[in-house]
Amino acid sequence: MTDRPLGSFATLSRRQALTLLGATAASVALAAHAGSAAAAMPKTVKGQLTIAFSQEPTVFNPHLLHIEVDEGIHFSIFNPLFGIDENGKFTPALALDVPTVENGGISADGLHWHVKLRDDVQWHDGKPFTAEDVKFTLELLVDPAFRSWRRAGHDLVRDLTVVSPTEITWRLEKPYAPYASILASTFIVPKHAFDGVADKNNASFNNAPIGTGPYKWAERVAGDHILLTANTDYFGAGPHLEQVIYKYVPDLTVLYTQFKTGDVDVTGLQWITPDHYDEAKTLPGKIVQVVPGATIESLTFNMERPQFKELAVRQALYAALDKATIIEALYYGLPKPAESYMPQESFYYNPDLPKHVFDLDKAKALLDGAGWKPGADGIRAKNGIKLSFTNSTTAGNHIREQVQQYIQQNLKSIGIEMTISNLPPAVMWGDYWMLSKFDSVIVGLDFVTGDPDTSDFFLSGASPAKGGGGQNTWQYVNPEVDKLLMQGASSFKPEERKVAYLKIQELIRADLPFLPMFQFATVRGRAQDVKGFTPNVNTRIDSWNIGDWSRG
Amino acid sequence: MVHYLGGRLWQSIVLLLLVSVIGFALLHLAPGGPLSQFTLTPGMTQAQMTHLAAQMGLDRPLPIQYLDWLWHLLQGDWGRSYRDNRPVAQVIFGHLGATLLLMVSGMAISLSIGVYVGIKSAINRGSFFDYMTTVGSMIALSIPTFWFGLIAIYLFSVKLGWLPAGNMYTIGNGSLLDYARHLILPASVLGLVDVATWSRYMRTATLEVIHQDFVRTARAKGLSHGRILRRHVIGNALLPMVTLAGMQLPAMLGGALVAETVFTWPGMGRLFRDSLGYSDYPVVMGLLMFSAILVLVGSLVTDLLAAVIDPRIRLG
Repeated sequence: MTDRPLGSFATLSRRQALTLLGATAASVALAAHAGSAAAAMPKTVKGQLTIAFSQEPTVFNPHLLHIEVDEGIHFSIFNPLFGIDENGKFTPALALDVPTVENGGISADGLHWHVKLRDDVQWHDGKPFTAEDVKFTLELLVDPAFRSWRRAGHDLVRDLTVVSPTEITWRLEKPYAPYASILASTFIVPKHAFDGVADKNNASFNNAPIGTGPYKWAERVAGDHILLTANTDYFGAGPHLEQVIYKYVPDLTVLYTQFKTGDVDVTGLQWITPDHYDEAKTLPGKIVQVVPGATIESLTFNMERPQFKELAVRQALYAALDKATIIEALYYGLPKPAESYMPQESFYYNPDLPKHVFDLDKAKALLDGAGWKPGADGIRAKNGIKLSFTNSTTAGNHIREQVQQYIQQNLKSIGIEMTISNLPPAVMWGDYWMLSKFDSVIVGLDFVTGDPDTSDFFLSGASPAKGGGGQNTWQYVNPEVDKLLMQGASSFKPEERKVAYLKIQELIRADLPFLPMFQFATVRGRAQDVKGFTPNVNTRIDSWNIGDWSRG
Repeated sequence: MVHYLGGRLWQSIVLLLLVSVIGFALLHLAPGGPLSQFTLTPGMTQAQMTHLAAQMGLDRPLPIQYLDWLWHLLQGDWGRSYRDNRPVAQVIFGHLGATLLLMVSGMAISLSIGVYVGIKSAINRGSFFDYMTTVGSMIALSIPTFWFGLIAIYLFSVKLGWLPAGNMYTIGNGSLLDYARHLILPASVLGLVDVATWSRYMRTATLEVIHQDFVRTARAKGLSHGRILRRHVIGNALLPMVTLAGMQLPAMLGGALVAETVFTWPGMGRLFRDSLGYSDYPVVMGLLMFSAILVLVGSLVTDLLAAVIDPRIRLG
């Protein structure tokens, strides 16, 4: 529903850093224990489940360039060293425990990592999993000839050393706390599948993946579905289902209809459209639930435009933003109003930010006070600068277009002229967005998906328009935020990091480089007998824990 | 004849080259590109984007990219899908079967009903039946396939539960009967929309033939009504239909897009739409060349076929 720029996604885990610290050496050990106990028990698998996606998963090597939907398959077939759960805690998978400073897995300076691996894991083809596979995976991600989806973070790894088949160590070039969350979304792939393969971009593995995960690759009918079968030798709890089918249903109305008829058991990405929510709630035999996502919708400024340089103008615009009506009338009341870029489910969320109040009189007073006086045409101006700007978003997003028109009306009544100028997605989110060629934009962004680090968005050096490498497209500059971001990214103690991130949220709420509107929530549906479905704002896909799902 | 075929072949090559140049240029000049969907991937940097563009050869001048593509194509290498990482020919042929099944069934329905209705309303011109089918055709022609499909699903799957709400087969079943059950709705929706077109053509063609001298002669000879129809009218009236059907061949590839979307049918129309959406250049170019070749082959076959059926037509 949000056509966020291309793929706003994120990586994994913000909160992980938390655990990193190791809040929980004990619970980790327990979890590891539970895992091995489960492994010893015989698996009973029964039933089949169909999950529908409105985009087709086509990339099965988790390290090749891919989009969100492909990760549904990755989570089913592969495991990371450790994952991140719905509470933002790291949970061990292929690693025996989650490396932390407390348990000695990470050195006090954050530079030296030592990971111990399980010795009871087999690849789906029966070969044993070892530290060589981990080394191969981390090297593949930075292989210059490989079309890697993510180099950032992995490119800091040095001296990768296999100590024994169940132990691996490396050194980071600099302390980088988000690396734990990056690892939590890094699926380990088998080295032997690439033996003798000259071009790893075109390895046969890429279309017939072999993993360690709860489900095994069985069949793909291109354009239609992917069929996975239970891996009864899985080392963790589960799987509980005989088969999982990922079905490609390109139209959301059709997807909903097939959910109604029972052809689809679980509505995956992009779920049930808000206009069907009222009816969906009443469907017999179905559970329909509103789930908050990490996407924050905002009205974003280009801070280099003269109209927006003054704080009073941004404050006045915020006061003139009627969030409640937008949410209720246009978004069926589903989203939650937001004051921060941080999802409200996050450990790092700051709940104490000042609450927005819609007040046109206050907006006028702010502008009057700052010397923005209406001209002959009724539009305010100051020192020859007119309070007039364009607003852009993805053309064809009808709800957003209505939001724009509504905002336009409100602003006009207080002497501000907003012109709507929408562009097709490929143009909108290309250079126009990245190189800050806009005045203002309405956009839904996933600022964080696991780790709370948002340096890419808020570091003053991260504006591509000024030659930076990140996505600070509002061209926001605040030296104090810069300092706090550096602090947060180099600390491995979640509590310490939290202090920095709470303060950053406070500063950004005060500076208003963008007007936070709301946090998206989407409508998820599943058949009543599907158990184990757990929304997780720290991952990009609902089937992140598919190994725990069962029926009946 | 050989001379004729040689000429056609030469023309075809020039045409294909033109199509490929124009298609390639349009595709690459469109904003966005295959990497734009990844700009907001977590951890993606400008440096990595540049690196990826170089890996994929997207940083080279467009004419060089074109010549490189053409050179590989001439060697039988259609390239690899960006999105799917499989050879393009494999991707296209993987979707061809589903589309053919749907289109051939749909066409069988629309042709058989259309031809029947066309003849019947021609010989009973001005009758109630003729009037009703004329109106009916207009209505059917104006119904959007998407809406028609959803209504059919609502009626036969959601309300009555008689037929599946889409998909080509039940995963894990795949028996002939299962395919047939899944085929009924999409083929009927697709077929019924086209009945209008075929019946109008057939009606006109039949009317033309009915007024020919040889039909009058046949009648004067005292042949029965049915025999005149079977022996003299239908055969001649069908002649233009062969040409039309031949020209339909390429339309078959894209024509089912809507039906494929509504009925979640894994065919070429959807492949084309998705490949365009992801700027999967190799697949889009492959589909473009494939359908261009189909058009050329289609028109050649119809011309040859027309000559075979109708001795009055001479090629060469």
